[in-house]
Amino acid sequence: MRSPLRAAGLALVMGYCLAPFLWQVITSIKPAEELMSLPPLLPTRLTLEHYAAIFAGYPFLRIIANSALVAACTTLLALTIGAPAAFALSVLHVRGRAAILAGVLAISMFPPVAIVSPLFLALSALGLHDTLVALVVTYTTFSLPLAVWLLTNFFAALPRELYAAARVDGCTAFGALARVMLPLAAPGLLAAGLLTFIFAWNEFLFALTFTATEATRTIPVGIALFPGLHEVPYGEIAAAAVTVTLPVVALATAFQRRIVEGLTAGAVKG
Amino acid sequence: MKIERELDRPLWYLLPGGLLLAAVTLFPLGHVLWLSLQRRSPLSGPPRFIGLENYLRLAGDERFWNALWNTVYFAAVSVALELVLGLAIALMIERAWRGRALFYGVILLPWAVPTAVSARMWEWMYDAEIGVLNHLAGAHVNWLGSPAWALNAAIAMDVWKSTPFVALLLLAGLQGIPQDVYRAAAVDGASGWTVLGRITLPLLAPVILVALVFRTIDAFRVFDAVYVLTGGGPANSTETLSIYAYRVLFQALEFGYGSALAVSVFACVAAAALFYARLMQKALR
Repeated sequence: MRSPLRAAGLALVMGYCLAPFLWQVITSIKPAEELMSLPPLLPTRLTLEHYAAIFAGYPFLRIIANSALVAACTTLLALTIGAPAAFALSVLHVRGRAAILAGVLAISMFPPVAIVSPLFLALSALGLHDTLVALVVTYTTFSLPLAVWLLTNFFAALPRELYAAARVDGCTAFGALARVMLPLAAPGLLAAGLLTFIFAWNEFLFALTFTATEATRTIPVGIALFPGLHEVPYGEIAAAAVTVTLPVVALATAFQRRIVEGLTAGAVKG
Repeated sequence: MKIERELDRPLWYLLPGGLLLAAVTLFPLGHVLWLSLQRRSPLSGPPRFIGLENYLRLAGDERFWNALWNTVYFAAVSVALELVLGLAIALMIERAWRGRALFYGVILLPWAVPTAVSARMWEWMYDAEIGVLNHLAGAHVNWLGSPAWALNAAIAMDVWKSTPFVALLLLAGLQGIPQDVYRAAAVDGASGWTVLGRITLPLLAPVILVALVFRTIDAFRVFDAVYVLTGGGPANSTETLSIYAYRVLFQALEFGYGSALAVSVFACVAAAALFYARLMQKALR
């Protein structure tokens, strides 16, 4: 395609992706009285009142901390459980390997709403309702298929001789995994970890169902249920949206290559 | 020595993940099937086995058919748009260029932000009185308040959010096509459209199929995008199967009938998955 046309197209796509964020930023620094009408599009003066409000009037820090804690624990657990499974499936001799991988793929397609009621009953019976543990357990399980699938691809791409050599040198299978294979699969771990983190950071349905109080609320639910006394406090919602988007922007910028790799690897190779 | 030999057995590496998946997905799936055969609601006393009664009720429930139609409409329209737009974007950025990292970072954003957050962002832009969309278009459309527009408004948001994912997937597929094929076509004097129709698309077909699978299945189980944006309204015009099931389960607390609805979501997704699996088998042959 000719170059100026292509550049214009690319700029258009980027603008389309960014416009809603831009409007949030503008909304978040507009004084409340100017939010009630359009025009003006741009604020006549800048204010941080909405940012002050979400941190003062709403336990927003707590909500962010909950999300961060849940996402971090989920990522750690999913990798700790997923990496050995992927290692076995790609390097060790596993009977029914294809069937197991197909089953894992099938489970990754489970609609959450289909099993949310029995999970709710089970978690309540175990006394885990309204705890962050309930979220970590569910999220770990739901991100496990993707982690296993991705890491299996990564391990399988490593030369088999590496594992054989480690075994000849006296490593057990576990030693070969820990000392040889895992370090080499670091890019795969990073990709799987990032996708798991983003999934846990964004999940809504389980968080809405399994938590009941502000002490356990996570970002998506906190923003969806944002309290409004009289009208919807769009300025404050915008401030909150901008605040929670920042970490995502940081991740997407710093690791865009790994994220793209993770997103596409399984699909294109599988 | 014995422990060391034990550590060579694949079972120990698969067991933790297998147990977790069994306990948190397979067991609940069995349980939800069992729940769907019971009458369980706050008003009906202790749970009672009623066979297939909930499913018979489903067949005659207009709200269920409405939700099913909304779900199918949402999935078909959003996935079709995402595929066409995603393909256009992928073809546009096919070759390597300098600003690529920035471009990737930018188009990842809609996908990476929590859907619940995007929904509130769009809700604000869609506002009939003071929304920026009406202002810029000089229109007075009640996007989220009118049954004719609301579901399409939700689709527009989903397209914004998911097209980047499709584009990146197809792009990875494009990069897997060997350059020789294109060079040969150029030597034969093939035009741009011929190359697209005869070479690029057929070679890209498997990846297109994968993108279709992922997106269709995601669209069939859509919940938060619509739930936060419209809550299923106005007048149930945006109520998808997942939302209807959720409302019956956790607002009406009818765990029996709600579970039957939940099973129907599962059946829809499974049907879509099987359909695509068939298609893929055919394509491979």
